[in-house]
Amino acid sequence: MLNVKKFKGSLMQSELSVLFRRRRTWAMLTTISMIPIFLAIAVKLSGSTLPPGEGPPFLDRVSQNGMFVGFTAMILAIPLFLPLTIGVVAGDTIAGEANTGTLRYLLVAPVSRTRLLIVKFLGASAFALAATFTLMITGIAIGAILFPIGPVTLLSGDVISIPAALVRIFLVAIYVTISLMGLTAIGLFISTLTVIPVGAMAATVVVSTVTQILGTLPQLAVIHPYLISYYWLGFADLLRNPISLGSFASNTLLQLAYIAIFGSLAYGRFTTKDVLS
Amino acid sequence: MAQEVDPQYAIFTSGLTKSFGSHNAVDALDLRVPRGSIFGFLGPNGSGKTTTIRMLLGLANISSGEVSLLGSAIPDEIGIALPKVGALVEGPAFYPYLSGRDNLIRFDAADRHAPPQTRSARVDAALARVGLTQAAGKKVHAYSLGMKQRLGIANALLQPRELLVLDEPTNGLDPQGTREVRNLIRSLAVEGITIFISSHLLVEIEQICTHLAVMSQGKIVAQGSVEELSAGEELNLTLLTSDTELAVQGLKTYGINGVIDGKSVRALIPAGAHKPEDILKSLVDTGVGVKGFTLLAPTLEERFVLLTGEGFDVER
Ligand SMILES: Nc1ncnc2c1ncn2[C@@H]1O[C@H](COP(=O)(O)OP(=O)(O)O)[C@@H](O)[C@H]1O
Ligand SMILES: [Mg+2]
Repeated sequence: MLNVKKFKGSLMQSELSVLFRRRRTWAMLTTISMIPIFLAIAVKLSGSTLPPGEGPPFLDRVSQNGMFVGFTAMILAIPLFLPLTIGVVAGDTIAGEANTGTLRYLLVAPVSRTRLLIVKFLGASAFALAATFTLMITGIAIGAILFPIGPVTLLSGDVISIPAALVRIFLVAIYVTISLMGLTAIGLFISTLTVIPVGAMAATVVVSTVTQILGTLPQLAVIHPYLISYYWLGFADLLRNPISLGSFASNTLLQLAYIAIFGSLAYGRFTTKDVLS
Repeated sequence: MAQEVDPQYAIFTSGLTKSFGSHNAVDALDLRVPRGSIFGFLGPNGSGKTTTIRMLLGLANISSGEVSLLGSAIPDEIGIALPKVGALVEGPAFYPYLSGRDNLIRFDAADRHAPPQTRSARVDAALARVGLTQAAGKKVHAYSLGMKQRLGIANALLQPRELLVLDEPTNGLDPQGTREVRNLIRSLAVEGITIFISSHLLVEIEQICTHLAVMSQGKIVAQGSVEELSAGEELNLTLLTSDTELAVQGLKTYGINGVIDGKSVRALIPAGAHKPEDILKSLVDTGVGVKGFTLLAPTLEERFVLLTGEGFDVER
């Protein structure tokens, strides 16, 4: 993948180019970029400064420092909107190709089913990366336009420079991308079960929603650390000084476990199934 | 493979079977497709042609039996065979939001064996070959069915192939388009490519095929070169009579299957076994009132009607 010469003209490149040439992909990325824009405009129009602790985390700081627009928008987008777009992209991976019949032409091209699965997973993950960075970059841009920009006061009370804050923003975007990869693997697996992409998309979103509901039930506290969404909002560790990578590592491990399990299930299903569409 | 595969065959199957539940959609097929042939795979809709092709190409699992495709065992060695095969399966399928050209680029990129340096040139050559150069930049959702069919054939021609598997390639084409596809197939065959072409329309491919297999309800009911199949000395018997049931019974004693068709009985009399005049005499002796007795060498079409009991749709 890092070998540029091998990447050029490969199925991976083709997958990315097809994904990012779809109007649907751009519609989702545009909608994602609207989240920080609306958030910033709303704060600007309301004019007043919120007392600390009201509304979503960091919201009270947005009007003093535009650097916080991205973080706040991310917290708003994580529970529902980002999983929704991942559901659409990951649910479509195999079922969408099966539905249009292009799956049979890819397979006889030929591409091995294993390679196709890997490419589809990486493609959907690339979308997750594009989505989180779109949100963060739009957040910084609109924050800079509407609000003062300056050194950022961290949760620990320390103040860091703008470049150092950009590194934290970058880390948060990576963190959220990794958070979405377990769900991507689940969507990929569900996508191998059907030839109706909308069904796979909806099922993936349902998984994400149900998981988060389970995560709010105190009676189920024992299973909470194993829920895919357990660390979704846990990137506050990245906003302390000294930076703590504990939840970053735990989250990555958890997501890797989901990728391994649902990747294997997808492999087991897809490499043995009849392609009859 | 258990059975030694003769390298002269591009496709060789033994007992190839596909079952859906308890129903055998493809039932113990022994296909013999010689290299260099234009092989017509005929049968009415639902007779199992597409299901067979899906198994040949590794899309569907084989329930039982064995397949050798260009000498490679399927599914184990499918990666060796497929790059040498161009295929159109169950109609064309494309990304509607991409242009015809970009669709071909996508499928070519999927094949690791396809050199990216020559991709653009190969795609243009394939488009030119099917007459789609003008429409290459249009999005596929704006294509007519005939254009998609031709783009599907272009996709099969992206690289030099040893075998083309074309499932109903003339579906949705007008008579002119059908003629063009036939001419294209002829020119490809001249280059030495083996062509396996399925159809439910005998008339559309009869003229170009060197070999034929006829499917009926998942089974092959006839297979061989066109000469072998038409040079059979069977005769087509039409018996005009009001005692149709009795006549069918009488024919049965000779092992001949009679089909009642209004006030007549039709049957295929195998060569050599019994003299037609003896059969006539015995029918009259058992009390069948014979008003007319006609013997004709059957056309291929009639032969297949009798073999499949269904016949083929005739394009109007
Ligand atoms: N996915 C499937 N599930 C169950 N039966 C199927 C499936 N696909 C095809 N069949 C059955 O297999 C038989 C052969 O179909 P097919 O190979 O498409 O025929 P043809 O291509 O000759 O028209 C039909 O009876 C059809 O109903
Ligand atoms: Mg068919």
